[in-house]
Amino acid sequence: MSNIAIKLENISKQYRLGVVGTGTLSHDLNRWWAKVRGKEDPTLKIGQENTLAKEGGDYVWALKNINLEIKQGEVLGIMGKNGAGKSTLLKLLSRVTGPTTGQIKIKGRIASLLEVGTGFHPELTGRENIFLNGAILGMRKGEIRKKLDEIVDFAGVAKYLDTPVKRYSSGMYVRLAFAVAAHLEPDILVVDEVLAVGDAEFQKKAIGKMQDVSKGGGRTVLFVSHNMASIQQLCSRAVVLQSGSVFFNGNVKSAVEKYLLQNINYFNSKGRYDFTNQKIGDDKFLLQEITVSDSKNKIRTLFLQEEEIVIKIKFKLFSFIAGMRINLWIKTVSGIIAFGTSSHELTKDRLDKGIYKIKAIIPPGLLNTGRYILGINIGIPGVKFLVKNFDFGFVDIESGAVHGSAYSEKWEGIVAPKIDWLYEEVS
Amino acid sequence: MTEKQLNNIVPENWSMIIKPKRHWFDINLKELWAYRDLIALFVRRDFVAKYKQTILGPLWFIIQPLLTTLMFTVVFGNIAKLSTDGLPKILFYFSGIVGWNYFAESLKATSNTFVTNASIFGKVYFPRLTMPISIVISNLVLFFIQFVFLLVFIGYYYFLGVNISISFYILLLPFLILMTAGLGLGFGIIISSLTTKYRDLTYLVTFGVQLWMYATPIIYPLSSISGIYKKFILLNPMTPIIETFRFIMLGSGELNLGQLLYSFIFMIATLILGILLFNKIEQSFMDTV
Repeated sequence: MSNIAIKLENISKQYRLGVVGTGTLSHDLNRWWAKVRGKEDPTLKIGQENTLAKEGGDYVWALKNINLEIKQGEVLGIMGKNGAGKSTLLKLLSRVTGPTTGQIKIKGRIASLLEVGTGFHPELTGRENIFLNGAILGMRKGEIRKKLDEIVDFAGVAKYLDTPVKRYSSGMYVRLAFAVAAHLEPDILVVDEVLAVGDAEFQKKAIGKMQDVSKGGGRTVLFVSHNMASIQQLCSRAVVLQSGSVFFNGNVKSAVEKYLLQNINYFNSKGRYDFTNQKIGDDKFLLQEITVSDSKNKIRTLFLQEEEIVIKIKFKLFSFIAGMRINLWIKTVSGIIAFGTSSHELTKDRLDKGIYKIKAIIPPGLLNTGRYILGINIGIPGVKFLVKNFDFGFVDIESGAVHGSAYSEKWEGIVAPKIDWLYEEVS
Repeated sequence: MTEKQLNNIVPENWSMIIKPKRHWFDINLKELWAYRDLIALFVRRDFVAKYKQTILGPLWFIIQPLLTTLMFTVVFGNIAKLSTDGLPKILFYFSGIVGWNYFAESLKATSNTFVTNASIFGKVYFPRLTMPISIVISNLVLFFIQFVFLLVFIGYYYFLGVNISISFYILLLPFLILMTAGLGLGFGIIISSLTTKYRDLTYLVTFGVQLWMYATPIIYPLSSISGIYKKFILLNPMTPIIETFRFIMLGSGELNLGQLLYSFIFMIATLILGILLFNKIEQSFMDTV
């Protein structure tokens, strides 16, 4: 009971939609009038999930009845689609904004890194910014002075310490900013995707630092990211948010799977994905249907390694679209892209107004066993997306012996292509 | 015993509880004090950032009031021939402008607190009051620079044989500065709290401050006003401050401790109202700004 660092009790957060600032006076008067009569606030009705689809209602719940307990020393990953409420949750935790209902109890000093380099002033030197940023994050001057060498060392900017940060490269800037925050020594550290920046070497360093922080210091870390690999590497537990509620809360591996699968709209449609009522696309392009089948046009999602997989994409064009292409991505359930393929050369300047079905044939003897996520994006390269990163379905692959070994074992690798092995007798 | 009862018996020592609505009087001054280094660093940042890559640098602090003084001398002194209580025009206008500027600049700069800092406030928490307080302190430094120039002018005219007497009431000076700062801060944070929702106020501020200046004895001495106008101008809490400032620095104008007390009470009330409002708004403004 006593080793809980953060406790969220029935946290909800409501946002007002539309142009804030117009009509607020009348809304205020409305609320006030309801209050005077002792009635419930008319704008606080429960309902209205936060989906990005446009539906009626002026208010949405970005978070709804979140209950969470985070133990001391735990590294908790927070995942969810855009709009699931991750950022709102972090904003509440870092006290940038207040909850609409419920309360959050926190034990210890909390520091949040919703963005690196908050408050950095371009005209100030690296040294001045370390002090300013540190103070913004809640450090005293003496504390920063003690840590200065360590921070500079970690960021690797010793040479540029007395140069205004506006002359820094973006990498140096981010490294310095992260270094300040990492040396803050809070009891609870809240981090939002900052690791998406910086080069690979620095990301490794940053993850290492965060691991030290949690393991060595027994500190609690909350980590929000889209990067499955870093979540898996760093976190001991993960929470998946969906439309403002906790969708899954448990071990990281299942959370990652849940996260990837929640993106699939038609989990149960077994190989036929009908989008005619969905309006996926724009005024020139509409996605109608995708099917996954075998070479004999039988629709299914379970395949053997030695079978070919046929993916047919049916769509409607309202006019000629120059340079259009459909990209197909095959990903593992942990989000790693196995490979991608594109229809560009086929479709770029060929298709006029009409309904088309194009198909991609994934050759036999390519995928490993297990589940693969199928995703597409459709667009004009370098110009725009018609359909952006849309994970529509999955296939399950059962083992064959295409990789050359029929021995029953878990075969490693993202793909397991059929490779020709030849032998010749030398003597 | 249920778990709930257990919890009641052993209160957990949470260091912070975030609740939906803050009480009006739930003001955390201790936290503000803990962030005093941040205030100092903000002040420093304001200075360094403002005058980097300018040739005249801090000289700009003094050019603006000097030009205003010159303009007032020509327009109100020489053309309109308004009284300056027998003082050299330059001294009369400059002293008024120095005192007024501190108030006006503090008010204008703090009245934007939430809007101009929305991006940083949206990313990290620190006591929001550090921002307006640091602005008022930055402006105080500015005031002192201008004040030194005022002393130079006084010295110059003194040597020319103009009858200037600095009274021993100069001991009131820190008090006057405090009141000016308090009024500027108070009004500034009230406006900044209201502008998060009603952005129209931003447009009113610049205009309003200018009008307010004409309702303060800057370009005319209080002694030249009488009747209903005088009553009206005495309602202005800045009037006694400017009058007293001229009185202790130049020996003109009038010293009325009763009126000064009125300003003081006005300042305290404004400041308290401002802090309450600011504190209330600061928790939720990110959703409305």
